[in-house]
Amino acid sequence: MLSPDILFAAVLNGLMTGAIYALVALGLTLIYGVLHIINFAHGPLLTAAMFAAFFAHRLLGLDPYVAAVFIAPLFFLFGYGLQRFIIGPAAHGDDRNILLVTLGLAVIIENALLYAFRADTRTINLPYAFDVVEVGSAFVALPRIVAFIAVFAVALGLWLIMRWSDTGKAIRAVAKEKLGAELAGIEVAHVYAVTFGLGTACVAIAACLLIPSYYVNPHAGNAFVLIAFTIVVLGGMGSVAGALIGGLFVGVVESLSGYYLGESLGQISIFVMFILVLLFRPRGLFGERA
Amino acid sequence: MVEPLLRVEQVSKRFGGLLALDRASFAADHGRITALIGPNGAGKTTLFSITAGYLPLSAGRIVYDGVSIAGERPYRLARRGIARTFQIAQPFMGLTVRENIAVGAHLSRPDRADALAAAGDIAREVGLGDLLDRPAATLTVAGRKRLELARALAIGPRLLLLDEVLAGLNPSEIRDMVPVIRTIRGRGVTIVMIEHVMQAVLSLAEHVFVLSEGRVIADGPPEAIVADPLVVEAYLGRGAAARMMGTGHA
Amino acid sequence: MRRFAPTLIVMALLGMLPLITSSNVVLNFLVVALLIALVGQGWNLLGGYGGQYSFGHAAFFGTGAYVTAVLQVRYGINAWLGFCIGIAASALVGALIGALSFRSGLKGSYFALVTLAFAEVLRIIASVAPVTGAGVGTLIKLDLRPEAFQFQSRAPFYWIVLGLVGVSLMLMRVIEDSRFGAYLVAVRENEDAAEALGVNTTVVKLGAMTISAAITAAGGCFYAQYFLFVDAGIAYGPWISIEALLAPIIGGVGTVFGPLLGALVVKTLGELAKLATGDAPGLDLVIYGCVLILVVAVAPRGIAGILSDLRQHVLALRTAVAASLGRGHG
Repeated sequence: MLSPDILFAAVLNGLMTGAIYALVALGLTLIYGVLHIINFAHGPLLTAAMFAAFFAHRLLGLDPYVAAVFIAPLFFLFGYGLQRFIIGPAAHGDDRNILLVTLGLAVIIENALLYAFRADTRTINLPYAFDVVEVGSAFVALPRIVAFIAVFAVALGLWLIMRWSDTGKAIRAVAKEKLGAELAGIEVAHVYAVTFGLGTACVAIAACLLIPSYYVNPHAGNAFVLIAFTIVVLGGMGSVAGALIGGLFVGVVESLSGYYLGESLGQISIFVMFILVLLFRPRGLFGERA
Repeated sequence: MVEPLLRVEQVSKRFGGLLALDRASFAADHGRITALIGPNGAGKTTLFSITAGYLPLSAGRIVYDGVSIAGERPYRLARRGIARTFQIAQPFMGLTVRENIAVGAHLSRPDRADALAAAGDIAREVGLGDLLDRPAATLTVAGRKRLELARALAIGPRLLLLDEVLAGLNPSEIRDMVPVIRTIRGRGVTIVMIEHVMQAVLSLAEHVFVLSEGRVIADGPPEAIVADPLVVEAYLGRGAAARMMGTGHA
Repeated sequence: MRRFAPTLIVMALLGMLPLITSSNVVLNFLVVALLIALVGQGWNLLGGYGGQYSFGHAAFFGTGAYVTAVLQVRYGINAWLGFCIGIAASALVGALIGALSFRSGLKGSYFALVTLAFAEVLRIIASVAPVTGAGVGTLIKLDLRPEAFQFQSRAPFYWIVLGLVGVSLMLMRVIEDSRFGAYLVAVRENEDAAEALGVNTTVVKLGAMTISAAITAAGGCFYAQYFLFVDAGIAYGPWISIEALLAPIIGGVGTVFGPLLGALVVKTLGELAKLATGDAPGLDLVIYGCVLILVVAVAPRGIAGILSDLRQHVLALRTAVAASLGRGHG
């Protein structure tokens, strides 16, 4: 059995990792809540952003936290373009087609990265990457604490945008009642694209937060995204609170089962949880009916 | 007195905090046409959806042919002989008219050729004979309504639930549909129809139930219902009946 | 019998190919293309006809491949018997996944997600479980005898996979003309309306999934015999899930010949990609992704759809011409 100290450390680490999962899940649930599509390209987008952060450091010497300031808007525009000019037009509004188009994008992005950068795993070395902070009886790496704080900052920022800005109100209107919003003069295609862009930007920020302590290769994003899917289904599609709480929860579960079961089986536990939640409670804990 | 084919007893339905149906009851006698009328939002389609197995009820019973059927899946009810049409027609868009109807005909006919042939006969009965090989997606609203009807008939029902089968039709299309419905009744099928088109209700229905805000507020023969002040109020608002009496309009 | 005519003609024509050419390159290309066509036939039944899009058909391909391989290597079971058991095992897996998914009412994206998840779980298990050889995979010993389902030349492999494809084509034709087929298509078009007509939509979907798994598994079992090596990435990797759906979508979902047409296109594109860039991994899938989006955007009914539209145009043209000629005389 685990001693209380190790348990505490595992839970703490789980929370830190969980925060990043939550951010990725936030992007996914935002897109689902407004466009009602499951974005299969989310994982590859995360990977692409991680590569961007990696090269920002390797080629421009930019610290990832600084690079985030540029990468996030860049990916916002990328996401906006994807929805506005590819997904929206190609799918003609048919649900099955949207599925296929996001799958197609996922395949393209991931394999373009594979083709361009090979399967090698890369990491960046930052001077502060191994600094630790003492929390109670445990030691937590500094980047993870930064990430934890940053995630909540982003969540707060998103909440503020949704609540107070005109764009946020338009997004909420479209999410609630698309036809009504359209009749009120809101340009739905634009709102959809902005939402997709925001979701992508979330993922881009998550990438920058990850890169100091994580490796990058063309498949890196997938691990996170299936976890994000689990979180979104668990916490409820379209629920922001669900994404945050679900993310932290899943992070802890993964950390604990990693200790008990080892790496790969730890991964399996996530999938199994995902499948179970899908099968028995697709509404999740907070969300709308599936 | 003979037991009605369908008895809906004290059915209530809650959606979260909203009470959509409040102890609503009605009955459909064998071989008769019963109408369910009432203002929009009264709960008529909800009642149909519950009867046909698409929604669970919160309280009450539904007895069909002496058997309680609440909670059974729609396909089981179809196999027992309950057919329904949908308020917004739901044709199988990618299939032809004949193929659409054949899906229903297959219920009692495992052989494809049989089902397709039977589909042709049924199509001619409702007046779709000329459109058999057209894709369902190309039909007009009137055509789709007929297709809904034809598909429902194809399963050989004893009870037919028609949900606003005349909605969206122009007067001449309505005039064409009414005798079709009468012919179906003439073959012994019990019909319950939700309808807003009053002249059709008056000419077809033998018994009318009026639903308002989830409750049945009146029932009786159509002529009596139309004159009932409660019914007038339900449709036109409080005081409307008095105003109408006052000015001498019926 | 008349309805099998197109299938038999196509099979006969294709069957003559090894007699015309002995080029290993051509035969190899066709074997792989037919294998993908077979896998796509499986996907097409559930996805094209049934409207349930699975993103994890690798689960069935891989189970077929692994069962065949492991039974031979670890338990000395005859290859042909292993082939049959592999298909049966996959059908079971399909029934299981289907039962779980459909009884929970999963549809659309959720169904796609859960199939993806199941395939991934199988991949992870296969990559660590000792019985499958874990990360190293399973190697079938070279034993070039027909009894061991291995042949000196490619031609027998070609005819076998061609035969399997032919059987699947005829099966599709039979299903198209059956009540099950009519119900399956009704489920695709509108589940609620189908239920109202007495269709037990859960059972219909389950049946389609089981048969779909079996057909795809045949492709997996064949793969194991042809390439003699299976590992977790090959068996359960995304590549096969994607090719399984790409072939029918390009060729025409819900049509009998769609997967075959589409598989030829997919594999041709794959070869072109290899020619253009050598064996750098990734480019072929990039092209597949682009083609997928293009087809969905521009020709959602695939090649079969384009051909049928062309036929309509030609017919309309003929009618118009005949009418105007008639008018000229009258």
